[in-house]
Amino acid sequence: MSKRRNPHAPTGVGQHRPFASRRACLLLLAIALALGACEKKSSARSGGRATSGGGHADAAEILFGEVSSLTGPEATFGQSQSRGIALAVREINEAGGVLGRPIRVITYDNQGKPTESAAAANRLIVRDKVHVLLGEVASSRSLAMAPIAEEHRVPMISPASTNPRVTEGKHWVFRVCFIDPFQGLVMAKFAREELGVSRVAVLRDVRNDYSVGLASFFIRAFEDLGGTVLIDQSYSAGDIDFRSQLTEIRAKQPEAIYVPGYYTDVGLIARQARELGLAVPLLGGDGWDSSKLFEIGGEAMEGSFFSNHYSFENPDPVVQTFIQKYREAYGEVPDALAALGYDAARLAADAIERVGTLERSAIRYALATTRNFRGVTGTITIDEDHNSVKPAVVLKIRGGKATFATSIEP
Amino acid sequence: MTEFLQHLVNGLSLGSVYALIALGYTMVYGVLQLINFAHAEIFMLGAFAGYYAASWLPAFSREPRFLVILSLAMAVCAFLGVVIERFAYRPLRDSPRLNALITAMGVSMLIQAIGQLPFFMGPSPRFFPELIPNVTLASIGGVALGSLQAVTLAAALVLMVGLHRLVFHTRLGTAMRAVSFDGKTAALMGIDTNRVIALTFMVGSALAAAAGILVGLSYPRIEPTMGVLLGLKAFVAAVLGGIGNIRGAMVGGMTIGLVETMAVGYGSSSYRDAVSFGILILVLVFKPSGIFGRAVTEKV
Amino acid sequence: MKGRAASGWAWAFLGLPLFGLLGWLLPSHTESYFMYVVGLAGINVILAVSLHIVCGLTGQFSLGHAGFMAVGGYTAALFGTKVIAEYKLLYLSEPASDTILFLFATLLGGTAAAIAGLLVGLPSLRLRGDYLAIVTLGFAEIIRVVIENVETLGAATGLVGIPPLTNLFWIFFWAGTTVLYAKRLQESTHGRALLAIREDEIAAEAVGVDTTGYKVRAFVASSFFAGVAGALLGYYLTILTPKDFIFLRSVEVVVMVVLGGMGSASGAVLAAILLTALPEALRPLREHTGVDLRMVIYAALLLAMMLLRPHGMLGRRELWSLRRRKTAPQPEVAP
Repeated sequence: MSKRRNPHAPTGVGQHRPFASRRACLLLLAIALALGACEKKSSARSGGRATSGGGHADAAEILFGEVSSLTGPEATFGQSQSRGIALAVREINEAGGVLGRPIRVITYDNQGKPTESAAAANRLIVRDKVHVLLGEVASSRSLAMAPIAEEHRVPMISPASTNPRVTEGKHWVFRVCFIDPFQGLVMAKFAREELGVSRVAVLRDVRNDYSVGLASFFIRAFEDLGGTVLIDQSYSAGDIDFRSQLTEIRAKQPEAIYVPGYYTDVGLIARQARELGLAVPLLGGDGWDSSKLFEIGGEAMEGSFFSNHYSFENPDPVVQTFIQKYREAYGEVPDALAALGYDAARLAADAIERVGTLERSAIRYALATTRNFRGVTGTITIDEDHNSVKPAVVLKIRGGKATFATSIEP
Repeated sequence: MTEFLQHLVNGLSLGSVYALIALGYTMVYGVLQLINFAHAEIFMLGAFAGYYAASWLPAFSREPRFLVILSLAMAVCAFLGVVIERFAYRPLRDSPRLNALITAMGVSMLIQAIGQLPFFMGPSPRFFPELIPNVTLASIGGVALGSLQAVTLAAALVLMVGLHRLVFHTRLGTAMRAVSFDGKTAALMGIDTNRVIALTFMVGSALAAAAGILVGLSYPRIEPTMGVLLGLKAFVAAVLGGIGNIRGAMVGGMTIGLVETMAVGYGSSSYRDAVSFGILILVLVFKPSGIFGRAVTEKV
Repeated sequence: MKGRAASGWAWAFLGLPLFGLLGWLLPSHTESYFMYVVGLAGINVILAVSLHIVCGLTGQFSLGHAGFMAVGGYTAALFGTKVIAEYKLLYLSEPASDTILFLFATLLGGTAAAIAGLLVGLPSLRLRGDYLAIVTLGFAEIIRVVIENVETLGAATGLVGIPPLTNLFWIFFWAGTTVLYAKRLQESTHGRALLAIREDEIAAEAVGVDTTGYKVRAFVASSFFAGVAGALLGYYLTILTPKDFIFLRSVEVVVMVVLGGMGSASGAVLAAILLTALPEALRPLREHTGVDLRMVIYAALLLAMMLLRPHGMLGRRELWSLRRRKTAPQPEVAP
């Protein structure tokens, strides 16, 4: 097969390849020069189009748009969030609604994918013209939704996304939970002070913003408190075999392992760690919160700890009433995500009630100025970064359940 | 050193799973020159068959229960394999190979899609029951060998030895080899090619089912899409060893398992998949016939 | 040849602008959900027709199309988030500057993808059918894994905040360009070489056609348009994640080409539109019952096609040549 070009053969397939002719090169040069003459844009990006019908003050009903991961790997997150929201809305409607109008929730399943989340948010805003957007639990998915809420100027409340980037620099995005710098500190403090641990290993999910961020915050806090992080390993969500990473961790002989991932992987990690002879406690974050964690991890989870937003053992009557109502409706004890979903929906309703109109920018203002809102997961005050400053709880896994260990204030 | 040995144990255990699945690929490719994309789905169905069998069968004592479920899953998948061959591949036996390839992709997608429907298995992961207690059998100098790893290795070895005997020491095996060498001539020699091909699918699918059960035991989280990545890597293993070659599949499987484990242990876990595909590309670009394969010259 | 060439130019200078004007006049994709889907269909048309160049015209089965989409998409998107979002050209208003920079970004994406196509094609195109398929699949997966690990590209979370600059004008423009390119290619001398390779590669080589050279060029052209499609998609969704470019994506495009008929550009167009409309038609079912029948239907359709009508909807015929001559006897099987 002759590799040399036959000079008589046609030169190229169809169009000129950009580099193949002199004319094209000149064109390219011209473009480059033109582009060189550019300047910085005025920083106030005219925030895009406002959604038509921004002031639907005469709407017959109030529309909440919900995006959740009802199916997919972390299905319990979305299901819990959805139930929490549904319960809250039902209660509010039974009590007469907001401003005399009922609330209707339109829910779209994003199958656990960020692109679907963005598309769903788009649909909810453009087609369904919702007043408030609720979602998501996973930070990656909230990050996908946030620019769309910003673009179309619709208030968005994330129930449980803890990565700071979700609200950073945004005007329209809020959250009812704490953020990861705090959560990382919580576990670091607990490990150092309560467990007396000074040498840990970290195993983070490199495909997950939440996990990556939380791990970094934990490491920083832990080292500030005088501890040492022996080794930092990573895995990818969906992996089934973690033995290689755990073997490397075992070699360093840590006193505890910080695994800030989602419950689907943590269960398997725990099992394999025990199989390899790693008996030290595992530490984690709110991504562990699911009833399935015990099913997947089984006995391997015993004696491990994780930070969370609320504990069902909290004797506060507000919490207990909520738990009772949830049990009646769904037959099981609510997890933190259900509680946060509940709070998010109630906060949205409360904000609308406070400003007395469905004008989205008014709702936004109300959300931004929220003070001491009594939620199931604590008293919510929205700070200037649109985050909630709340205490966290640390739960210990004992007897197949997440029992209360301690509470840490911000 | 301990870590290296531990990685070795882990790698061999993972590798034996790849090998079991790779055997199915290689056998089917040998007789039909077809990459059976649906093979990965058979593997997945084997795991689920085990899952459902375990929940429906009353609890016996431990050991026999595992074997019963294993045999059941293997039987179910063998049957499924034959069905797929009969209805999806046989009609296309004389068509261009591309058609058969696309059909195989279609079957694979169909099974995955149906599996994810709520009335079948549903998209959310299930938890595979613990048929064999998960204990550390031995810990020699810090290197732990889990019971499940041991079972996986043992089962894989037994099955591979059995297959080897079948293919190289029985008449059926000779018939299979004949058909893979030259199907038309084998038919002229009096071999019932249809039957041989059906049996090839049976055996390959049974092996995949066994792999499914073993994976379900070792990594208890199973879902309808679990076959995709594992199947691709097992295919890489088959190609590495020389597709169509049984010893090649075994060696290829072990190699991929070891390389992957080492890469993750000493390198970065996020590139784990890239390692397998990288090997695939290197093999196909530099030595497409694989370790044990012979370069086939095409006669025009 | 003169007549055909002339009509080609007419197409380019009249047809494309008209087409684009249509895109401009129709309601924007942000205001009407229907238009949003039309836009997606347009992007799928570009994908399907670009794959047709490699699969349908040249007979090389590639399962890595999503990889080239990813390269083009991410390149353009990165340019968008780093440059377009922050800077504008002097002497121009912001929207005008955005448009020009967007065009540049799209071309940049296409070129990057074309280079990727060259790098992938050169070593791979020596391989036969199934092996080529697997190698292209492998490359696409590696591209995806690499993207997942690079922070600048957003890693696993993806690239967010891409300026929403794609509109129907651009989608129609590029779709028209791709179809025009495929059509003209097929009717040209180069196209004949590709068809020869498709029919019998060894014979073509024996007759003096530089098979590797042509295959690589077809690959590069196909990748260019795939990259353009990826760029358009990025600016359409304002977010790109590695999960958008998994193996399944490549398979979806393959299904479009097979459904339309391997060897028919217009078939690919029809199939792309059909297969974009189908999931949307099923969406109400999905939202109310949670049952996602999309994949089941895709797969079932693919199987049914291969078993019952392997040459797809149009086989090797084109919509624009149906009138001109009596159709040659259809091959019973796909090329």
